[in-house]
Amino acid sequence: MSDQQRILPGSGTTDPYNIEGREAPETRPLIPLGQKSYDGDQQPRMGFFTDTTVCIGCKACEVACKEWNDVPDTIGELTGNSYDNTGGLGADNWRHVAFIEQRKPIYLQENAHLGTPAVEGEPDFRWLMSSDVCKHCTEAPCLDVCPTGSLFRTEFGTVVVQEDICNGCGYCVSACPFGVLEQRERDGRVWKCTLCYDRTKDGLEPACAQACPTDSIQYGPLDELREKANGRLDMLVEAGASDARLYGANEEEYGMGAFFLLLDDPEVYGLPPDPEVVTRKFRSLWGPAAVAASALAAGVAAAFIGGNR
Amino acid sequence: MSESRSGRYYQPVHSATQQGGQPDGRGQVREVPEEEVRNYYGRPVLKEPTWEWQIPLYFFTGGLAGASAGLALAARLGGNDMLARRAHLAALAGAGVSPVLLIWDLGRPERFYEMLRVFKPTSPMSVGTWVLSFFGTSTVLAVAHDLLGVLPRLGRISEGVSALLGLPLATYTAVLIADTSVPVWHEARRDLPLVFAASSAASAGAAAAILTPVGDAGPARRLAVGGALLELGAVEFMKRRLGKFLAEPYEEGKPGRSDKLSKALSGIGAAVTAFAGRKSRTAAVAGGALILAGAVCERWSIYEAGFPSSRDPKYTVMPQRERLRDRDGAHRG
Repeated sequence: MSDQQRILPGSGTTDPYNIEGREAPETRPLIPLGQKSYDGDQQPRMGFFTDTTVCIGCKACEVACKEWNDVPDTIGELTGNSYDNTGGLGADNWRHVAFIEQRKPIYLQENAHLGTPAVEGEPDFRWLMSSDVCKHCTEAPCLDVCPTGSLFRTEFGTVVVQEDICNGCGYCVSACPFGVLEQRERDGRVWKCTLCYDRTKDGLEPACAQACPTDSIQYGPLDELREKANGRLDMLVEAGASDARLYGANEEEYGMGAFFLLLDDPEVYGLPPDPEVVTRKFRSLWGPAAVAASALAAGVAAAFIGGNR
Repeated sequence: MSESRSGRYYQPVHSATQQGGQPDGRGQVREVPEEEVRNYYGRPVLKEPTWEWQIPLYFFTGGLAGASAGLALAARLGGNDMLARRAHLAALAGAGVSPVLLIWDLGRPERFYEMLRVFKPTSPMSVGTWVLSFFGTSTVLAVAHDLLGVLPRLGRISEGVSALLGLPLATYTAVLIADTSVPVWHEARRDLPLVFAASSAASAGAAAAILTPVGDAGPARRLAVGGALLELGAVEFMKRRLGKFLAEPYEEGKPGRSDKLSKALSGIGAAVTAFAGRKSRTAAVAGGALILAGAVCERWSIYEAGFPSSRDPKYTVMPQRERLRDRDGAHRG
């Protein structure tokens, strides 16, 4: 227990299974529920900080991920959406680089020393790139709904699917607010980023982070990453990048083990602007069902009023 | 707050600055054209459900079984053994078909037993697995006692257990789909259980009305008609509470057609059952069959609406934008 305190000051929580009533925000845990059973084996919560301002769209993360994790290739589709021929995260894409082309004055970027490239002869054009990944949520809906225990919380606070247990029920696919999990065709099971669980256990950084040439993808203890990200955000805002914002770094809103520094609204990158832990609304989910079940019982009983004819 | 849903279109924050974005004098927010919802090349934020036709059909068979067990117990207590026996048969049929459908839909059907490794209260599917397992067992015991007269004491207890577990069985499936990020399901979480309960009541009543001689089937017909009418009303109420925008997936395309067909079938079936069902067995059978078909169509409509709702990013982004605006006030974006 003392170990846990050291890692995480203020990890207390009032009612972690019920997030209803946002008016009175409770203290949300940085160390996610479920990880607490590791006791002595528990590790600091590890995660990704993806600083999209220095992403150059090289897709080395996508390639490194596929190589290391033996993810099937997905070559063959040309989407016509800028340089994005991956499309999105899924069973066979655990990293996905988004490319967004925008008419926006470039001087802002130059002043702010952003890495996002300008196009020569196109002064009003900017190109946003961002490497998306599983968010390894603090309160992960996929983990909550998994009926087999295939999805589990590792000692690093990450969320992993155990492929030898998953029976492909597909519940996590619909639970995920980010569309990360997907059933692999012909395989039947669900696959997603493991935050390279095999590597993190050996003290290595995940393949994508290691391959990233600009350190757009950074791996480390989550509290350190968040501190770093706040510093970077201050720097950018000071330099005039007023659009810069962190996504998923605030445990009071929606805590993510993999969070992002973005230069525009999340939905521009294909991310939900205000994701919810849909599975922690015990009252509004089960309450109406209890009422409906009682109504059903009453209805059946009432049908016998007036005899058998 | 996030819970407030009135019948209006959502307006994303970023376009608010372009248009003034103020609610008009009647407190309504102006209709927003779709292209103003920002997104990533129109790509979905969510993944579509993996569930296929077996799942909506299970919602029907599970609901039919659950409510039938309740009907059987009530009939037994009311001294109507004929109705009790026939309702038990319907419950047994539903309890037999349901697991087959569920296992069939799995990506790895041979691993269905992994569901039985754990009990997870946070997962409605896990809860449902155990409810269905115990329901199935108790229903088999109850019917065995009823038909063969074996295990009299256990049979009696099983009858009660089966009826009791039938209530969650008929309603948990609504929680199952509401406990997802699919907007049309999650935002309807307060109303879906009543829709499912009503549909289950209609199905159980209709099935028993078909199987039972008219002289003993009065309660079944009343349950069928009452359930069908409540189902019609509950669906409309649900859509109204969702608001015009989020109700769209329920009303357009395939789900919309399925909903209309359901209403026609259930409406006609209820009328036939109510007015002719007590005189003629043929009419009771016809009316019951129409109500059953209507219940299947309604489950199908609700299931099918989850797909466009997941596919089109506007259904994900717009409600969340509205929520942010409500929470943060005018600034941000």
